[in-house]
Formats: sequence, C-alpha cells, structure tokens
Amino acid sequence: MKKTPLYDRHAARNAKMIDFGGWAMPVQYTSVIEEHRTTRARASVFDICHMGEIEVKGPQALDLLQFALTRDLAGQKTGQVKLSALLNDRGGIIDDLTVYKMDRDFYMLVTNAATRESDFQRVRSILEEKKFDASLTDVSDRTGKLDLQGPLSEAILQTLTPDDLKTLRFYWFIPSQVAGIPAVISRSGYTGEDGFEIYAAADKIGAIWDSLMDAGVKQGMKPAGLGARDTLRLESGMMLNGQDITGETCPLEVPYAWLVDWNKDFAGKPALAAIRERGIRKKLAGFEMTGRGIARHGYPVSKDGREIGYVTSGTFSPTLNKAIGLAFIDAENAEPDSEIAIGIRDAASGAKIVQLPFYKRQK
Amino acid sequence: MSKPNPTDRLYSKDHEWILDRGDGTALVGITDYAQEMLTDIVFVELPPIGKKVAAGEPLAVVESVKSVSDVYSPAGGEVIAVNTALENAPELVNRDAFGEGWIARLKLADARELKTLLDAAAYDALILEEKH
Repeated sequence: MKKTPLYDRHAARNAKMIDFGGWAMPVQYTSVIEEHRTTRARASVFDICHMGEIEVKGPQALDLLQFALTRDLAGQKTGQVKLSALLNDRGGIIDDLTVYKMDRDFYMLVTNAATRESDFQRVRSILEEKKFDASLTDVSDRTGKLDLQGPLSEAILQTLTPDDLKTLRFYWFIPSQVAGIPAVISRSGYTGEDGFEIYAAADKIGAIWDSLMDAGVKQGMKPAGLGARDTLRLESGMMLNGQDITGETCPLEVPYAWLVDWNKDFAGKPALAAIRERGIRKKLAGFEMTGRGIARHGYPVSKDGREIGYVTSGTFSPTLNKAIGLAFIDAENAEPDSEIAIGIRDAASGAKIVQLPFYKRQK
Repeated sequence: MSKPNPTDRLYSKDHEWILDRGDGTALVGITDYAQEMLTDIVFVELPPIGKKVAAGEPLAVVESVKSVSDVYSPAGGEVIAVNTALENAPELVNRDAFGEGWIARLKLADARELKTLLDAAAYDALILEEKH
C-alpha cells in the first residue's frame, strides 16, 4: 500500500488505518462521530495527500481543457477554482475534478485518488489526438495536500500566513505561505463547512501539518479521518467518486447537470446529447430513513413491493441524528416526499426522498 | 484502553460474552474490546423474542457509522428477552458493554456447550494476540 508523507504522524496518534484505493489512510483517530462534530463546531485537519494533481501548461492549455472537460472555463480568472467533469466516450463520468487557473496558460487539475491515472490517460489521449500545444505533468507524488475544515479554520490559518484570508472568497485560491513554507491556499473543501485546501511540496507538508496542530490546539482543532470526511460530505449532499458515481454514471443523472456547458464541444458530448435526447431513466436522490435501520451501499430500494433502485451511499448522520443516504432510483419516483422502502437484511424499512443537501451550514 | 474482562462470564473468539445466570438462562453481549474496535455504535438490530439460534449463528447486528457487524451467539438457545433500551440508546454498548449494553437473554439449549468457550484469562490472551 502507498503511504502519504504523513503516515508516521497518523501511526504516532494510533489512528485506525484502512486501504483506500491502494493508499494506507487514517479512517479515524478517536471516533468518527467526534471528528465529525469537531469539524462542524470548530475545525479539523485531514490528510488528503492521496489525491492527484496534474499540471497543464502551454499556449493551448485552455483549449485542451475546454475540450477535455464539460465546464466552460473561458471566463475562469487566475486564482479561481472550478469544479468540472471529465467524461468517457459513453458520456459517463471518469472523474469530477477541480480546475485551478494558476496563471495564463497554466492550470492544475486536482483529481480523485483512484482516478488519477485514468484522468491523466484520458486528457493525454485528447491532447495527442487533437494535437494541442500543451503539456501534461502528473505532479501528485511531489505534491502534498491538507484540508483544514470548519468554522474556526480561517482564524487558525490566519495565524500562519501573511495573506489576508478574509478577502479570499469561496472557490478562489492564492499562492501564499503557511508557516513560512510556500503553499497554495484554496478556500474550498468537501465537508459543507468553511475551510481551506492547502497544497505544498510533499516533503514540506509534514511541517505544515505540525504547525497547524500547534496553531489550532487552543481552538479545539483536531485531525480527522476519512470516516468523518465521508459522513460530512454525505450530509452536505456531495457525491463520492467510485461509490455514487462510476464510469457508467452520466452527469445528467446526478446533481452534476450544472457542470455541463452545452454551448461548447467536449469529449463525450455526442453520447451525452443522445442520453439527454432519450431522457433520463434513473436519478440519484437523497433519502432519509423513516423506519428502523441504516441503509448501506448496495441495499435495494423498492416502492409498493417493486424494486426501483439501489443505495449508493448510506450512513448515520451525526448532525441530524438519523440515517440518511443517496440512491439511484427510477426517475419517476425520485421526487422529494416520495415514499420508498430500503431492503435492510431480510426486511423492508421505510424511507422518503428528501431535497439535497441534508445539512446546510448557517452563514 | 479496554475495560478488564470480568471473570464471572465466558467469551467467544468472535468477541461476544455470555453470562450464565445458573437458572438455565444466560445474558449475551459483545466485549468491551469489540465495542472499542467498532467505536460509535449507532444501531443495534435485536433478535425477535422466540428466535432459536445455534452456537455460532448470527444473533443480532451492531452497526457503527462505518460498519455493519453480526453478533454471533456463543451458545445455542432461544431468545427470551432483549435489551430494548438499545433501540433508543445503542451507545450503551460503547459505554457499558459488559453491563447495560447487554443484547439478549437466552434460554440455553444445552449448558454443556459453554465448556467450549474461553474464560477471561484465555480471552485476555486472545486480545493480546490480535493486537500484535
């Protein structure tokens, strides 16, 4: 299994480690619920070094990304982050990734850990086929990433950086410093809270981790593992690649239709247009359990005894104190308040479709 | 750190405990070590009263935020009571696995089955081995 530069720090804290897409990652340090609540109430730091970073440079870097990705990036400013989708030729999602415009003719793609190689291959084959004047470099191994998430994130990080974080808006970033170490600070994340994603050289990320731990201790900040990351993102209605989304999922079936800009050409567009023409048959919807039990990935969904779908993510929500989840359901039954049943072991338990997100922070 | 394993009861290799009440019935639960491994128990599926189980068969299900685990019956018998407090307070298993977090009471099919189980010292040794 691959180890992040922070592996020894997790071991020293006796974190429970799991295999996450070939990476040894901390799933929890003490308790998922505790770490979840700390993130919502104060702040947490997550080791996200396993995610991928790909640099795209050259006079036609933008042209390449415009064709490779579904989102129109023409208006993206330097310092701005955009979420986008990378599709296969069937219109299915290879990855949902973020695009950082570092400079004119210079972008960074931040990919999911498990899709890093397939993203790179896909963009490279587009580059070669279309002969764009641009170059691609996978810089994942020399790039470290930490997420600092929670309402106290700004106050904590501000003590370590010379730049004014108050003026940094959501989904914008700055090249900056953290504890004297060059770092990119992005106001973004995957928890539904205010917070930052911090990128720095892999061999310096440990020093940033240590400085953050010192700076945050008074505010009750703690490290949090992938367990809390999963419950936090699910409460906030965000999807997990590889679980809610696969290469067979198109953006129109999930809450990603907004990532598709039809006014431009992009890889996978013909197939996606055909799907749109035909109509969407299934939709990813949020549900909460009204009956007993917790829905889990793969559990069947039925209505009036007829199977209409399956659960893609399910957990117990520490904030709402109830069981919630996402499920792929026949489009006609995917409207809010629709009553469904989830097959939990031998029994069917009641649930109802609800509007996403399950949780929204007070601003 | 786990709480010490009480010497008044017996243990399975799957980390359940069984406390012989001496009247042909026994209480069953999971050990403190087991609850510590699971952490954050958020749901316990209790068996129906009258359910008959053989030793080693699934008796109940405990779920943490991240996982779903079967609880196996350390001995055969019939469920004559369940800890209904767990329906609204599954965290009792975390807080007091050997006491208030008990799961079910069985009418034992054959008390001699208990002889195959581990005593506290043998169970201590088993945990020690698992930790390494």
